[in-house]
Formats: sequence, C-alpha cells, structure tokens
Amino acid sequence: MDGRMDGGGDGGKDGGKGINGGGTFRYGIYFLIFVMSLYAILFLTDSGKIYRALRMSLDIFIQILPVLVLVILLMWISSYFLKPKTVSKYLGRESGIKGWILAASFGIVSHGSIYVWYPLLKEMRGHGMRDGLIAVFLYNRAVKIPLIPVMVYYFGAVFVSVLTVYTVIASLIEGKLVEMLEH
Amino acid sequence: MDGKTRKRIITSFRKTIKGFGTMLPMLFGIILLLGLFKVYVTPEMISSVFTDRPFHDTMLGALIGSISTGNPITSYIIGGGLLDDGVSLFAVTSFILAWVTVGMVQLPAEAAILGKRFALTRNGLSFVLAILVAMATVMTIEVIG
Repeated sequence: MDGRMDGGGDGGKDGGKGINGGGTFRYGIYFLIFVMSLYAILFLTDSGKIYRALRMSLDIFIQILPVLVLVILLMWISSYFLKPKTVSKYLGRESGIKGWILAASFGIVSHGSIYVWYPLLKEMRGHGMRDGLIAVFLYNRAVKIPLIPVMVYYFGAVFVSVLTVYTVIASLIEGKLVEMLEH
Repeated sequence: MDGKTRKRIITSFRKTIKGFGTMLPMLFGIILLLGLFKVYVTPEMISSVFTDRPFHDTMLGALIGSISTGNPITSYIIGGGLLDDGVSLFAVTSFILAWVTVGMVQLPAEAAILGKRFALTRNGLSFVLAILVAMATVMTIEVIG
C-alpha cells in the first residue's frame, strides 16, 4: 500500500498522505490546547458567551454522537471484512467508472458533519481507496437529499435541480483535479 | 464462531478504537471551535459585508461560506435572507455551496487525518469550484428562464 497506513490507522509512515497515528494524536492535542486557550482568553472578556459556546459545543457533540457510533461501526466492519484487494477493485486505481459512481453515491447518502467521516476515509485509503474518490465523496456531501424541500422553499425547484446537477459534475472534476495535482 | 474468528473480531475492534482514539483530541478541538464560532459569528454579521458588485459578492460569498460552518439549513436561511436583502443569486449560490464543500474550521482535522497536501488541494479546488458552479447555475437558470 505504498507506505500508507492500514487497519485502525495507527503506526507506520503514511507516505506523506496524512500524519501517522502518533502524529495525529500529538497534533490533535496541540490543537485542543490552542482552542482551550482561546476559550480561557475569551472567558476573561465575556464569560456568558463562553458558557453559551460550551453549551453549543455540547449540543453539537450530542447531535453527531449517533453518526460517530455509525462511523466507528463502519470502521470496525471495514477493518474486519474489507481486504485491500476488494477496496482496490471498487474504489481503487482499477475501479474505473463504477468507483466514481460509488463514491458520488456514498457522498450523497452520507449523513452528519464532514469531519466525522475523515477517520473512515483514512481507513479506506489505507485499504487502497484513491484520493480522487475521497474528494468526490466529500464534495457530494453538498447534495443533501433530506434538505431538498427546505432548499426548494428558499430558492425554487429549478435552482435546486440545476445546482444539484452541477454539484455532482463539479465533484467529478474536483476528483480528477485532485489526482492530477497530487501526482 | 471459532476461536480464530473471535480473535480477529476482537483484534479489529481494538485496532478501530485505537485508531479512532488518536483522532479524538482533534475532534473535540473542532467541536469546541464550532461552539465558539456559532456564538461569535451571527447571521447579521454575515449579511452586513455584501455590497452590490456581483463578481465581488460571488467571491465574498465563497469566502464567507468557506469560513462559516454549521448545519446546511442555516446557510439556506441566511442565503434566503441575503436574497431578500438584494444580494445577487451568484453570491448566495457560491455562499451556500462553499458552506458545505470548503471547511476552514475543519481544515486542521482534515490535514491531520487525510494529509496536508490533500486537504489544501481539495479545499482550494472546492473554493474555486464554488464560484464556477455558482456562475454556471445562475447563467443556466437565466437561459432556461
């Protein structure tokens, strides 16, 4: 897997495609300390707002919890069942057009916040998923089927239809460009 | 279930939890940052920066969409309000598209987990595409009436 990480995403170099498990943890700790320092500084200026921000963060966490559990479950299943050969076949170099269609479809039907999906995508990449298809998956999250009625209410059916078609086309262009620029 | 299968299930579960655990500090950092963002950046602040210049507003829409975050419904509500305030459809489209495709707040997590080069390339391209898709969408709607 050209030096990329496998399995649960820990240990080993990742060929410049991401930070290894220890690196991700360390980088995450620095980032968390930075955000907590920001909270501490802002607490001195307006403690009321900081309490509200903490409440908001808790609400966000509760909101994403079911998706987090789903992602952990999917990571576990993919770690157990998915062999690099299978991922390669459907989402790897030799996946062809069906890989693009699969990535776009998964992106459209996926729920929850974008960052919740990063660990699973990293896991899939470790099994051989191509970067272009990761980009296609992430871009197609802009197509939110359950939210279409809300969008139609604000912008009209024609706008939503045209934007949806262009969004899917743009996702494929982005996938191709990501691969061209990365290699 | 034989012992070998059970061992494989437990090993893959441990591996998953360990892998996910390494990402938790980053995840908590992002969630806390989102909480701050929601309190300090209000929809009124977003609407106040638009002018009457379509191209400038389209770029600005993509830029504000990129640094904003939250449920996409919020972007539709703000976008609807911006349209009512006379902001061009170009700007509103780039705003709602960049809201979901570009993530400046999530960029540190994306870079740490999926790689700095990938995250920068993907977000940069998404920013440019938000502007291009906005233009293509509005022009197509104008053509088909």
